[in-house]
Amino acid sequence: MDGNGRVDGNTAEAPLLEVRGLQKSFGDNHVLRGIDLEAPAGSVTVLIGPSGSGKTTVLRSLNALEVPDAGTVRVGDVAVEFGPALSGRALARAGARLRAQSGMVFQSHNLFPHLTVLENVTEGPVVVQRRPREQARTDGLALLERVGLREKADQHPFQLSGGQQQRVGIARALAVRPQIVLFDEPTSALDPELVGEVLAVMKDLAAEGWTMAVVTHEMRFARQVADQVLFLDGGVIVERGTPSAVLEDPREERTRRFLQRLIDPL
Amino acid sequence: MEESTWDLVRRSLLPLAQGMLEGTIPLTALSFVFGLALALVVALMRLSGVAPLVGVARFFVSVIRGTPLLVQLFLIYYGLPSAGFPLDPFPSAVIAFSLNVGGYASEVIRAAILAVPKGQTEAAMTIGMGRATTLRRIVLPQAARVAVPPLSNTLISLVKDTSLASAVQVTEVLRAASIIAGPTYEFFLLYGLAAVYYWVLCLVLSFAQTRAEARLDRFVAK
Repeated sequence: MDGNGRVDGNTAEAPLLEVRGLQKSFGDNHVLRGIDLEAPAGSVTVLIGPSGSGKTTVLRSLNALEVPDAGTVRVGDVAVEFGPALSGRALARAGARLRAQSGMVFQSHNLFPHLTVLENVTEGPVVVQRRPREQARTDGLALLERVGLREKADQHPFQLSGGQQQRVGIARALAVRPQIVLFDEPTSALDPELVGEVLAVMKDLAAEGWTMAVVTHEMRFARQVADQVLFLDGGVIVERGTPSAVLEDPREERTRRFLQRLIDPL
Repeated sequence: MEESTWDLVRRSLLPLAQGMLEGTIPLTALSFVFGLALALVVALMRLSGVAPLVGVARFFVSVIRGTPLLVQLFLIYYGLPSAGFPLDPFPSAVIAFSLNVGGYASEVIRAAILAVPKGQTEAAMTIGMGRATTLRRIVLPQAARVAVPPLSNTLISLVKDTSLASAVQVTEVLRAASIIAGPTYEFFLLYGLAAVYYWVLCLVLSFAQTRAEARLDRFVAK
């Protein structure tokens, strides 16, 4: 590991991401009913499933934006056991430690509108991680170059297209040098012709060895890029495996019906 | 010798201007700055979710909004001395108006903070920010855009409310006018002139509001 969350070669140690027994209810709605998953460093995990299946809640549990009722989440050497015993300040601290391990890309980009594109990217490194401003600037410009937006550095988010905004969102997430990058339906809010440019960037990141967890409906992306695909329904992982196993030869009837509806919505 | 109306106006221009520069404007400026600082504290208390803080904030806002400003001013000017804290007219007025602005503006600031989308706070958390940093770097700059029009209202009301300070002997525009009007009985003329002074100041502030809004709207898609 070179400190950027990228992995050179294979590591036979514990998986980078490990989740055990995740439970979560919103009132009477039991959205997570015992989720277990693990992902080795450098792997791409794609979560699919119908809306309300709990896939986004799983993703948001990984950085404690959603606080599970029970279960453990471990990212790298930060492990947090959720439950009634963890609350108040201790919970806030545990959440912050988990979040320091990851970066996140949102469905509705959530870029900071009052900052320039470059400032959006350098805000975390400069303000939170206290890296030297010049260094953060250089790194930020390199990241923007990476997502093909070097020339937009001094513009503001509203001046960009949806696809460009989402690519800035990716650069912002990478800038804090996370162990794992979480993508919450990164292309769902985009016009169809803008989806490709975002997926292309994500595909490159996967090839570079970033560890990624992605909630998406883009089956082509899952097929081409994922190391494992998890199909969730009703708060449980119904089926998991390689993309070809889950997407092309699903064992479960529920998985088959879901995939069928994606191909033929009518 | 009979003094002409025109002479009286000319004789009054300077004292009223002095009342504006030494009374109305500093009174407004100080009260607004202290009031906004207090309003931010009260708004954050209300949003804290900590029951005692929320209770204190709600009580404060309720009292400020539910009692006349003139009564608040009298309570400070006449009440504090009897409690052993004698105060000059000007600082009494600054305290009373600051508390008043603090109460009203806290509701504006609270609403403006709540108007910033939750996704902004979440994004700030995912790049590692804590609550205080998120508030300072992400939420307040965006809340400012929402808050400027209603806070401008508060400011313009404050300009006119400072005329109440004449009741505790602060020499501002209205009192300067009264002092001249008394011996001459030219009440209509002098109070009319005072009204013009207030109006001009408010026009300038309205202009500044337009500028501030344009500035804060720069980075937002229309």
